[in-house]
Amino acid sequence: MNSSMLLSITTFVYAFASVLYIGSWAFKKGFMAKLGMIVLIAGVAGNTAGILLRWVESYQMGYGHAPFSNMYESLVFFSWTVAVLYIFVEYKYRERIIGVFTTPLIFLAIAYASLSPNVADKITPLIPALKSNWLIAHVITCFLGYAGFAVAFGFSIMYLIRPEKSDKESFLSKLPSLGMVDELTHQMVIFGFLFLTIGIITGAVWANSAWGTYWSWDPKETWSLITWFIYAIMLHLRTMRGWHGKKIAWVSIIGFMAVLFTYFGVNLLPGLHSYA
Amino acid sequence: MAKKKLNHGNPIWNFFTSVQLTVVVLLLLAATSIIGTLIPQNASSLFYFKKYGEVFYKLFTALNIFDMYHSWWFLLLLGLLAVNLIVCSIDRLESTWKIIFPEKVVFNLERYKKIKKKEEFVSKETSDELKEKYKLFIEKKFAKVIEKETENGFALFAEKGRWTRAGVYIVHLSVILLLAGAVIGGVWGFKGFVKIPEGESVDAFETRKNNSIIKLGFTIKCNKFDVSFYDTGQPDEYKSNITIFENGKETLTTDIIVNDPLRYKGISFYQSNYGTASAKEVSLIITSNESNMVYTETLSQGMTIDLPEAGGKFILDGFVQGYDFRGHNLGESFVGRLIDNSSKELSVVMPVKFPTFDKMRRGAFSFEIEKFEKRYYTGLQVTKDPGVWYVYTGFIFMIIGCWITFFMSHQSICVEVKKIEKGSSVMVAGFAHRNRQSMKIKTAGLAEKMKGI
Ligand code: HEM
Repeated sequence: MNSSMLLSITTFVYAFASVLYIGSWAFKKGFMAKLGMIVLIAGVAGNTAGILLRWVESYQMGYGHAPFSNMYESLVFFSWTVAVLYIFVEYKYRERIIGVFTTPLIFLAIAYASLSPNVADKITPLIPALKSNWLIAHVITCFLGYAGFAVAFGFSIMYLIRPEKSDKESFLSKLPSLGMVDELTHQMVIFGFLFLTIGIITGAVWANSAWGTYWSWDPKETWSLITWFIYAIMLHLRTMRGWHGKKIAWVSIIGFMAVLFTYFGVNLLPGLHSYA
Repeated sequence: MAKKKLNHGNPIWNFFTSVQLTVVVLLLLAATSIIGTLIPQNASSLFYFKKYGEVFYKLFTALNIFDMYHSWWFLLLLGLLAVNLIVCSIDRLESTWKIIFPEKVVFNLERYKKIKKKEEFVSKETSDELKEKYKLFIEKKFAKVIEKETENGFALFAEKGRWTRAGVYIVHLSVILLLAGAVIGGVWGFKGFVKIPEGESVDAFETRKNNSIIKLGFTIKCNKFDVSFYDTGQPDEYKSNITIFENGKETLTTDIIVNDPLRYKGISFYQSNYGTASAKEVSLIITSNESNMVYTETLSQGMTIDLPEAGGKFILDGFVQGYDFRGHNLGESFVGRLIDNSSKELSVVMPVKFPTFDKMRRGAFSFEIEKFEKRYYTGLQVTKDPGVWYVYTGFIFMIIGCWITFFMSHQSICVEVKKIEKGSSVMVAGFAHRNRQSMKIKTAGLAEKMKGI
C-alpha cells in the first residue's frame, strides 16, 4: 500500500460521505447526514494517513520534505483542511446537514488530484528556493484560509437554496435557521481571512528571505491580494453597512471564485509561482 | 468603534471618513490589479509592440499598463486608501478613547433585561446566600463586580475586555505601516544584480530600475561557487563562498545559499543564479594534418603557445556559453586564434560537444577540446530596503489586530436575583460589542454553572 493508493481509496470514502449528505438534503432524511459524518471522519483518517505516509515515503526516497510541494499534494491537503474544519464546525455548533454543499468540495478536490491526468502524483525533490520552513508555514496557513472560505462558500450556497417553507416541517426543523447559517458563514470568513492574512504574510517573509523582495506582484501573489481585498470589503460591508443574509452570501461566493482562481487559474497565466 | 460620529461639517472631511469610499477604493484596487496579471509586467518594448500592435501599445504605454503597480493611478488609489484610513481613524478615535477609558463605568439594568437571549432559572437558596457565591464566581471570570440593590433583591455587574475595542485600530494602523514601509523602500532602497566570476571581486553593481551604477562601499569577492544535484538531475543546492574586504582588509568570509542571504551594512546579497564564466586548465588536442601526429597541451584562457612542428602560435581567447554557427547553437565552445609563420591570423572555434568541428576548416592543424575545468560565476541579487522593518511591524500588528477584533470582545454580564417564595429567581444576561453569537453561548454556559453552585 503506498500513499497514492491510500489517497485514491480516501477519494471514494469522501464520495460516499458527499452522497450521504446530499441524500439527506434531497430526501429530507436526517439520519443520512448522521451517517455521512461518520463516513467523513473515516475519510479524514485515510486522508491523514495518506499524507503522513507520503511524508515517510519522501524520506525513504532520500528527498525528505513535507508533502506540500506540488499541485497533487496541495489538493490532498486542501481536502484534509476543509474536512477537518467542517467536522469541527459541525461538532461545535451542533448542526447537522450543513455539510451538504461542503462535502462535495472535499471530494472534488481530492478526486481532481487522484484522477486528473494533469496532476502528477510523483514525489519529486525540492528545488533550492522551496527548501525553507517558511514554505511549510506558508502552505499550511494559506490552506487553512482557503478551507475557511470553502466552508463559507458551502454555507452561502445553502443560504441561497434552502427548501421552501411548505416542505416537510419535521425536516425543516432539523435545518439550522437562516440567521444561524449567516452567522456560520461570517465565522468561516473571519477564520479564512485571518489565515489568508497570515498565509500572505508568511509568503512575503519567505520571499524576502529567499529573493530579497517581500512583494513582487507576480500573478499568484496579486490574485491572493485580490481575494484578500474582496473579503476585506465583505467584512466592512457587514460591520459598517449592515449587509447580511443573501447579499453577504453572494459576496462570499464571489470571494470563493477568487480563491479558486488564485489556486488554479493562475497556472494559466504567465509567472513564477508555477508550483502549488 | 463607537457608533456616534463627530460631525465636523466639512464635506471633504466627511468624504474621507466614509466606509463607502473604502469599499469603492478596495473594489477598484481589486479590479485593476487583475490587469497586471493578464498583461505581463516590465517586459521589453519590443515584446509588447509585437504582442499588442501599435495602437494598443501606445494606449497601454500612456496608461502605464506595462508597469501598472507603480503607475500614478494605482499609487493614487493606494494613497486614497491611506488618507481614508487615517481620516476615518482620527474621526473615531475620540469616542473610542472615551469608551476604553471611561471616567466612570455605569451599568444599566434595564438594558440587560431587554436582551432577548437571556438565561433565567429558579434557585432554592435565598438571595443573600447566592450573593456571596455569585460574586466570587463572576469575579473569577470577569473583573471587579459592581453590586446594586434592587427593590426585592440585588443585581451584579462585571465586565472585561474594554481594550479589545482598540483591535480594529491596530489592524488599520498595520495597513498604514505596510504602505509606509513600501514607500520608504521605494524611495530609499534599491535593487540590483551582480555577476561575480570565481576569484574576482566587485565593488559596485547595476540597479534594475534605471541601470545606474551604485557603489557598495566595500568589495565583495567570490572565492568559489558550488552546485550540487539530485540523482534526477534537479539542482539540490547552490552555494557561493565569498569574502568581503573593506579598505583592502578582509572583514568577513562566508557562504551564501538560496534562502540564506548575506546581510552586510544594510545591503543584502541573495543567491539568485549562476553560470559558467570561463574555463581553466583546458586540455587541448592538437592534430597535425601533415604529419598526423597528435599533441596535447594544457593551457588557461588568454594563454599563447608555440605550435609543434614550428607551425606558428596559438592563442586561446575565451569561452562562449552558446556559440552561434550560422543560426545553430553549438553549445559551450572555446574560441582561439592561429597565427601562422607569415603572421596571418585565423580564427578557430572548438565546440566541446563536437570535437571534430575544427577538422572542417582543413587547416594545417586541427584543434579539439579534450576536457576543461569550469570557472563559474555566481549571480547575486543585491538589495537594500530600509522599509522592510515597517512592513514586518505591520505584519505583526495585522495578525495581532485581526486576532483581537475577530476573537475577542468587550463583554459584560449582569446577574439579577429576585426574592420569591421559597428561594430566588435568577436572570443572567451577557453583552458583547461584537461576536454576539459566542457571547450567547458563553452566557448559557455561565448560567448552567451558576445553577450548580
Ligand atoms: C486594506 C485596508 C483595510 C483593512 C485590511 C481593514 C480591515 C478591517 C477589519 C479586519 C475590520 C474588522 C471587521 C469586522 O468587524 O469583522 C475592519 C473594520 C472597520 N474598518 Fe477597516 N480595513 C481597511 C480599510 C479601512 C478603511 C480605509 C476604513 C476607512 C473608513 C476602514 C474603516 C473601518 C471601520 C469603521 C470598521 C469597523 C470598526 C468597528 O468594528 O467598529 N477600514 N477593518
